[in-house]
Amino acid sequence: MNSKPRIHVLSEKLDGFFGEVYNNVLFIGRFFSELGPPYEWKEIIRQCYMVGYRSLPLISVTSFVIGIVFTKQSRPSLSEFGAESWLPSLVAIAIFRALAPLVTALIAAGKVGSNIGAELGSMRVTEQIDAMEVSATNPFKFLVVSRVIATSLMLPVLMFYMAFISMIGAYLNILVNEDTSLVAFFGNALEKISFLDFFSSLIKTIVFGFSIGIIGAYQGYNATQGTQGVGRAANAAVVTAMFVVFIEEIVAVQITNWFR
Amino acid sequence: MHKKEIHTDKREVVIAVRQLQKSFANNHVLRGVDLDVHQGENVVVLGRSGTGKSVLIKIIAGLLKQDSGTAMVLGENVATLDRKELRKFRLRIGFSFQSSALYDSMTVRENLEFPLLRNSRNLGRAAVDKAVQEVLEDVGLPQTVNQFPAELSGGQRKRIGIARTLIMRPSVMLYDEPTAGLDPITSVEINSLINEVQERYNTSSIIITHDLTCAKATGDRMAVLLDGKFESVGSFEEVFATNDERINSFYDYNFID
Repeated sequence: MNSKPRIHVLSEKLDGFFGEVYNNVLFIGRFFSELGPPYEWKEIIRQCYMVGYRSLPLISVTSFVIGIVFTKQSRPSLSEFGAESWLPSLVAIAIFRALAPLVTALIAAGKVGSNIGAELGSMRVTEQIDAMEVSATNPFKFLVVSRVIATSLMLPVLMFYMAFISMIGAYLNILVNEDTSLVAFFGNALEKISFLDFFSSLIKTIVFGFSIGIIGAYQGYNATQGTQGVGRAANAAVVTAMFVVFIEEIVAVQITNWFR
Repeated sequence: MHKKEIHTDKREVVIAVRQLQKSFANNHVLRGVDLDVHQGENVVVLGRSGTGKSVLIKIIAGLLKQDSGTAMVLGENVATLDRKELRKFRLRIGFSFQSSALYDSMTVRENLEFPLLRNSRNLGRAAVDKAVQEVLEDVGLPQTVNQFPAELSGGQRKRIGIARTLIMRPSVMLYDEPTAGLDPITSVEINSLINEVQERYNTSSIIITHDLTCAKATGDRMAVLLDGKFESVGSFEEVFATNDERINSFYDYNFID
C-alpha cells in the first residue's frame, strides 16, 4: 500500500493546534444552537447537584484555610504601618475580587472538569454516545448542554459560598487577636466591596463555569483510542481549563479596571 | 435450533448497498461493497477482525460516512440525510452494540425509557411502564427492571441492549457481534432471541459475527467479507461449498471436527 506524505500548512504541531481551536469553536457553536427547548431538566438538576453539592466539602476546607492563612500573612505588613484596622476590608477585597473566583474555578477545573472529561470519554469509547445517537435521541443536548448549563450556574454559587467561608476563616483569625463582633467585622469588610466587585466576580465565574464545562465536555465527547483516550481526555480537560481560566482572569481584570 | 426457511425473491429490498468504499487514512477498509437485504430476512456478514464489518453497519446506521457509494435503507439515502432527518430515520433502525453500550449511570428501566421518552413525549407513565414491561418480557428479563448495568451478566446486558432497541419497534435490526464474549450456552440463547425478534417484530437484520454457530443459527443468507469486498453470498452451505482457502480456513477454525 502506498502511503502519501502528509502535507502541513505551517507545521504538524501548529496545524494540529489551530485545527483543535477550530473544532472547539464549532463545538461551542453547536452548544448555542442546541441550547433551546426542550430542556433535559432532570439531567440539568442532577448535574447541578454533582457540580455544586459534591464540591462543597473541598471548597469548604480550602476556603476556610485560605481565609485564615491570608489574614495571618497580611497582619504583619499592616501592623508595620499601624493599619491593622484595615485588615477586614483588605481581606474582603482580595477574596471577592480575586481569590474566591479564581480558586473556585481552579478547584472546579480539577474536580468537575476532569470528571466531565472522564465520564463523557468513557461513554464515547464504550459506544454509549453512539447508542444514544442511533436510538434517535440527541446525546449532545443530554450530555453536553446539561453539563455546561450546570457548571455555568453552579460556579457563581460556589464562588459566593467560598467567599463567605473564607471570610469566616478570616474573622476567626482576627478574633484570636482582637475582640471584634461578627457583625462589626462584616460591616467593616463589606464597606469596601462595591457593586462592580460583586458584579464582575459574578460574570467572571459564569464565564469560568462555562469554560470548564465546555472544555471538559469537548475533550470527553471527542475522546478516542480506548481507555488511554479517557485518561487523556480527563487530563486535557483539567490542563486546558486551568490555562483558559488564567487567561480569562487577566482579561477580566483589565475590563473591570476600565470601569473602575 | 433450525431456522424456518424464507424465500426472499419476491420480497421488498429494505437495505441496498452499492459500491460502498471507506478508508481510514491509508487503510482501505471497504473497497466496493454491494449487498441487498430483503424484508424479513436475516443476513449474516462474516469476516475476520478488522475487515470492516462493523464499519459497514455503522455506515448503514449513519454513524459513519462512506467515501463513495450509496447505502439506501428503507428508501432513504443515509449519507444525504441532515441531522433532523437522520433522527427520524433512526426511529426505524435498531442497533445492538458489541459492548451492549448500556448507560452505566441509569437503571435498566431508565435505559429502556431513554429513547421512548424523548421520541414519544406525549406518552403517559402507564404507557411507558407497559412498553418497558413488554420488551423486558420479550427478552426474558422482567426481574432486572431496577438493576444497574454493572449488576448484570454479559448475556443479560446483551439482552437489555436488544430490548432497548426493540422498544422503538424498529423495522431494521443491526447486530454487531451479538455473541462476542459469551459462553456457548448464553450464545445459543442470544441466537434464539435474534430469531424470535425476527419473527415477532418482522425485522430485517444484518448480523455481524465471526461466530459460525451464530451465523448458521440466525442467518437466512451469509455474506463473507474478504479484502474489503463480499467474496461469497448465499446460504450457509453454499458459502462453505467452495475451494477458496480463505473461506475454508474460516470454517476449519470455527468447527472442530
